Amino acid sequence: MIGQLLMDLTPLTPAHVLVLFVVLGGILSGVGLYQPLVDIAGAGATVPLLGFGHALVAGTIEDINSFGFLGIFSGALKATATGIMAAVVFGFFMSVLFNPKGKGG
Amino acid sequence: MPNEMNKKQQEIKEKMQQQKYQSKVDNVTPTPPLLKNICWAFVVGGLICTLGQLFTDYFLGLDLPKKEASACATAVLVFLGAFFTGIGVYDDLGKRAGAGSIVPITGFANSIVAPAMEFKREGYVFGVGAKMFVIAGPVLVYGMVTAFIIGLIYWIRQ
Repeated sequence: MIGQLLMDLTPLTPAHVLVLFVVLGGILSGVGLYQPLVDIAGAGATVPLLGFGHALVAGTIEDINSFGFLGIFSGALKATATGIMAAVVFGFFMSVLFNPKGKGG
Repeated sequence: MPNEMNKKQQEIKEKMQQQKYQSKVDNVTPTPPLLKNICWAFVVGGLICTLGQLFTDYFLGLDLPKKEASACATAVLVFLGAFFTGIGVYDDLGKRAGAGSIVPITGFANSIVAPAMEFKREGYVFGVGAKMFVIAGPVLVYGMVTAFIIGLIYWIRQ
């Protein structure tokens, strides 16, 4: 269910791995391979960042179907709005509330 | 020009010393136990995903449609990821689990909170506000560019 996670321990920095995963998820989704995986694995496929890439692309395609060309620009963020909004807002409050470990505060 | 010769010799000497040092470092640095790391990544990643599934099922039970349910579950996981980063637990987990804790969406939250906390002393605008996206920014940028390109291809072929 999360077999993909395995391979990525050794190479690159976390930032590179994350970028790679999002792009990969987007491409897999575009080719049509990711949706079946979501149907089978549920959160196992949506929680990793691959799922984030998938949500971006799936949202785009959905909006293209309903709004045409404009959908290319409106779809991606609509589908991921909850995740991004939550990440930014919670991220902000947490970093205001807490200080890094061991450096006093 | 004996002076120049000397300089060159010096440089060569330094280079050799550096190489020696590097090989010594390589000898001392432990090679990470790959299998153990992979197992950790698998278990932790799996647990986080299972947690996500639990939340999704819970929200589905509240009669939310499938998409909204998984969006809510994502929000909860992001909150948890941010919170555990805040109290300092997540980074300890990350040392063990590697990609297992980085790849799930909780790791995305972690990548926002960790630098934001780190740079708090630089102020709330250029510290917290700007550094928040040191890692998350590239992820969003490349994710959106990918979505745009694939969307464009899809639209043209339609």
